[in-house]
Formats: sequence, C-alpha cells, structure tokens
Amino acid sequence: MAPVLPSAAVAPPSTVAQRRSRTGYVLLFPGMTWLAVFFAIPFVTLFVTSLQTPVPGKSGRYQLGLEFGNYATALAEYWPAFVRSFAYAGIATLLALIIGYPLAYFIAFRSGRWRGLMLVLVIAPSFASFLLRTYAWKTILADESPVTSFFNALHLLPDGRILNTSIAVIAGLTYNFLPFMVLPLYAALERIDPRLIEAANDLYASPVTAFRKITWPLSMPGVVAGTLLTFIPAAGDYINAELLGSTKDRMVGNAIQTNFIEFRDYPTASALSFALMAAILILVFTYIRRAGTEDLV
Amino acid sequence: MAELSKTDQVEDLHLVNLTKRFGEVAAVDDLTLTIPAGSFFALLGASGCGKTTTLRMVAGLEDPTSGSIRIGDKDVTRLRAFKRPVNTVFQSYALFPHLDIFENVAFGLRRRGVKNIKPIVEAMLELVELGHLARRKPTQLSGGQQQRVAVARALINKPDVLLLDEPLGALDLKLRRQMQIELKRIQTEVGTTFVHVTHDQEEAMTMADTIAVMNAGRIEQMGSPAEIYELPRTVFVANFLGQSNLIEGRVSGAGEMLDVAAHERSFRLPRERSSATGASIILGVRPEKMTVLDAPDAARVPEGHNVLSGRVTDVSYTGVSTQYLVQASWGQELVVFEQNLIVGDRCEVGDEVVVHWSPRHSFGLDGNEDIHAGVDSAVLALESVDSAPAAGDGE
Repeated sequence: MAPVLPSAAVAPPSTVAQRRSRTGYVLLFPGMTWLAVFFAIPFVTLFVTSLQTPVPGKSGRYQLGLEFGNYATALAEYWPAFVRSFAYAGIATLLALIIGYPLAYFIAFRSGRWRGLMLVLVIAPSFASFLLRTYAWKTILADESPVTSFFNALHLLPDGRILNTSIAVIAGLTYNFLPFMVLPLYAALERIDPRLIEAANDLYASPVTAFRKITWPLSMPGVVAGTLLTFIPAAGDYINAELLGSTKDRMVGNAIQTNFIEFRDYPTASALSFALMAAILILVFTYIRRAGTEDLV
Repeated sequence: MAELSKTDQVEDLHLVNLTKRFGEVAAVDDLTLTIPAGSFFALLGASGCGKTTTLRMVAGLEDPTSGSIRIGDKDVTRLRAFKRPVNTVFQSYALFPHLDIFENVAFGLRRRGVKNIKPIVEAMLELVELGHLARRKPTQLSGGQQQRVAVARALINKPDVLLLDEPLGALDLKLRRQMQIELKRIQTEVGTTFVHVTHDQEEAMTMADTIAVMNAGRIEQMGSPAEIYELPRTVFVANFLGQSNLIEGRVSGAGEMLDVAAHERSFRLPRERSSATGASIILGVRPEKMTVLDAPDAARVPEGHNVLSGRVTDVSYTGVSTQYLVQASWGQELVVFEQNLIVGDRCEVGDEVVVHWSPRHSFGLDGNEDIHAGVDSAVLALESVDSAPAAGDGE
C-alpha cells in the first residue's frame, strides 16, 4: 500500500494533507453543528411553515401544504411595510455613515492617546440593553423635551412633534446601529498608511482630492461592511417602530411580530420573514457587486 | 523619449536659517544651505540628525519653526505640499495599493490636469524599465521594481527638486548597488536637482556630487566627496566618514608649515590644512595615507615625512589591502591600511615598526572638540546598513 521509504522520518505528503484536512473538519465541527441546529433546520421549518394551509374549522391550527398564495396575500397586504422598512433602514444607514465616517476618521488619525477611550465610548451604549436605550429615546424625543422644543423653535417639524413620527423611528435606528457602522469604518481607516496621504499631497492632490482618490477608496471595505452591518438589522428591526413610531410607521418586523404573536397566523408571518430575507439577500449581493470591494487589496 | 528631455529651467534650492523644533528639541537648528541647480546632493548623517526633517520641510510635509525655503527667487516656505514644485521618493515608497503601476505614475499628471498623458507615462515607465508591468498592482512587484515605480511617479512631474528619503534602505545589498548606478543615470538624463537623504556614507559618496554631513540638526561640513574625505573640518566628519587616526597635540610655528607637538614628538602640517584656532589641536591622518616599515628600515623614511614608532598588535589581510593596528610609543592604537604591493614578507604581530606619512596628508582639527565625536554614529550607520531588511527580493 504505502511505498517503502528510505527514511521513516519522511512522511508521504498525502498523509500530511489528510491529517491537515481532518484537523480542518474537527475545527469546523462546533460551528457547523451550531449552524445546522440553529440556522439550517429553522430555515427549512420556516419555509415549510410559510406554505402551510389552515386546518378547516380550527382557527390557529395549520397543516402541511404547498400554498404559495401565502406569499402573494402577505405581500399584497404588507407591501407598504416592506417599502418603509427599506426606506427607514436605508436613510438610517446613510445617516449613520455621515455621522460615523468623520468619527471613525478622527479616532483613526487624530485621537492620539485618547484612541482607546474613544473606542470604548463608541461601544459603551451597548452595555445597556437595546430595549432600555430605545425607551430612553422616548423621553429624549417626547413632546415637551428640549430636543423637540429646539426643533419646533426653528419650525422644522411639520407635525410639531417628533415622537410617534417616522423621524423618531429613523433617529432610533440610526442611534442604535451607529456602533456597527463606526467599528468597521475605524478598522478600515486605521489600516491606511498615513504616508499614502502625504504621498498624494506631494503629488499635487489637495486634501479634498487626496481624500477622494486615496482615503475613500481604501476605506471602501469598511464602508461596505459598516453599511451592511447597519442596514441588515435595521431593515428587520421592529422595536424602534414599536416604541418610537405610530401605527403609520410600522415596518416588516412589526407585521411579522403581530402576525406571529397576536393573530397566530404562522404562515403569513413565515412568508413575510422569508420574503424579507430574500429581499435583503438580493439587495446585499447587488450592492457588493456594485461596490466592487473584491478588487481592493 | 522626447517628453523626457531635460527639465527646462532648473533653479537653486536655498534653505535660510531653517529651524524645526519638536518641543524643546531642535531637530534642525538654524540650517543655511544652497543646493545648486541640477546637482545630485546628499544629506548624510546618522539617524536622528535632522536630515529627514529637513527633507520633509522642503517637501512641505512639515512646517518649519522659523527660517525660509526658496527655489530660485520663489519663497515656498508657506506653500502647502500639493502646490510645491517638489516631489518625493518616500522611504517605504508609499505606492497607492489600489491603483495599478500606470495610475500610480500618472497620479501627479492627472491632478494637474495634463492632457494626453498616456505617451508620457509610457515613456517614463520605459525609462525605469517597467513598461511591461503597467497594469500590475504595487503588491505584485518586487522591492526593486516598487522602488523604480516610486522614482518614476515622482520624476514624471518634472519637479524643480526631487527628494529621496533613504530610497534604497529597504533593498538588499546587491540590488542597492545596482539602483545607485541606475539613479545616477536617471539624474544625468533628466538634469533635475536630486536631494538624497541617507545614513550610508558609501551610497552618498558613490552617487552625490555634493555631500553635506549633518549632525545634531546642523551641517558639519559640505563639499564634494573627495574634499570632505581628504580634508575633514570637524572631528565628527573625520570619524563618521571613513576612519581617521587622531592625535591630540599643541600647535606652534608661524610659517606655511605648522609644528604639532604631541607625546614628545613633533609632526608637521601645512597651515591651510588646519582648522584649529587655538594652540590645542587634533592632528588627523587617514589610515591608507600611512606606510609601515620595519624598525631597522627607518632610514628609508622619505625626507620631511611625519614619523612615529610603535609595535604591530594586529594584522588583517583583506585582499585589496592589509590592515595593521599599530600601538604607538604612547599607547594609542593607530589604524594603517597598506595596499598589497609588496610580494613576500609583511610585518607581523609584535614587530617593532615605524609609521610615516607625508605632511600634505595630515589635517588639523580644533583641539577643543571631543576626539570621539562621530565614532558611535559611524558604527550605528554601518549596523543599520547590515541589518537593513532584505525586502528587495530581486527580480
């Protein structure tokens, strides 16, 4: 079987390769098991549920079926929530980018010995629960709050209030997911050699041009990662719309939650979940392809 | 290559009372210097002597604390980096990793809105022999190739002054020698003023037509490589650039020849070769200017030569020369390099010898200086050459 080798010390390469690939499987095992139990199986269950049909005469009971009509019905009823989800998440992502980029830039290039502290401050809000933080925003944006008074004094609010409007929902989403934007941006910016910017200045690029031609393209991996990490959870979020918005600001997440918990309409809830997942996947793939980050070093 | 004809108008670079302080430390201390147009100028010094800071101030990447920088008649001191007619070859090259070689080289031209840049960039890539790699990314190139891209990227803009910050530091020894010749060729071809910062004395001597030796933020001495080597004006230069035997003594005499009394002996030194101002002097002589004779042959010492006697404590044969360590009668060890012209017997360890040299090869330095100045710096500079990372893995 194995060839006779002049020295026992020289293992045949195939054995080494085999051992290495076996190590790979061993290392993958915990992660793969986790994914199988908590992602793959629920994923299939979810899809199966989304095609179930009601058991006649028994409300709240469903049986196995192939009712693709569930999707059509769900989308026909909830398409405005879909549009809102993507619009709110999109605006919140853009705002997070506008707020987060200068912040990440400052931390990466200008913070000096305060860098560690500033990074901690970015993450610090996460030490309090997501729900609590969103409740806090209820107070911050309340009708009599200084924030609302300030904007009212400037006559910037069409309804005269912030709470229970789409503005509040978008503000909440922006705030809650900002760290997910800042951290990848910081990681990408921090990797940029400042001498590249000096070299650009040396080659007749003004600070603005140097940013446009060097810093921005080199920070693209961070921009892509940050926008995805902000957009995806924001699009599926329901807490912000629930606590800060009115019934007119409901997002897909709220529709799923109501169908599942209140109406016990599991097929509709599942169909909505599945449709949301598919929509996000399509958006993300198109986005990554357009951003062309695989081209970056 | 018509596009790469000599730069139309080259101007002198003037640094006037240039000072840069970082807190209490003066990195560059009241530096006044004129770099002639079209010259290959080297700023030579150990690390931390202020040479890179000087370069960065000329590039506009560092603001001087005081003083001014002029190119020809134009004061550029307050001009921001991107408006200066100066380009830099950075120590680590600083090539843009997301742009290919063509776009890296075209960067400066594009920023200035030059039209029809394709033939210009291609001609420049030909000059540095990289035409075939135009569409590669910088990381796909070897150290030596990256270095040439960095030169091309700076030079294509026809700057009034090209600044090179330890441009060969990251290359291995063989590649470095090759690039020295290459850079010299390119400089002759384009006629631009090159200002080259280095800690490598051999590199500076090989390439530059003028060298300024820098120490602690000041210029110690400036001149052609031969001038500086043959007639150092400070102890630092005598020790940092090559090796020197330095003997402390007292000077007397009023004629063309000075008499130096040291260790109960008398040495002669032409007045114009001494920079000592007081009575106390350091007499210097380069090791290869000295000749060793067996003590019984002392009669063969030419008339008028400086002579001392001693005992050989070490002999190393290096092929080109034999290096002797001779302990003088007063205990000091002197270094003597002798060309291997004699066939047969050489002096051996323990031999009583006389060492002689022509007074015209002596030089006199101010006796108040520290006789060891520059020794450590020279050793440091040599060490950093040896330990330079071999990033340039050849081509």
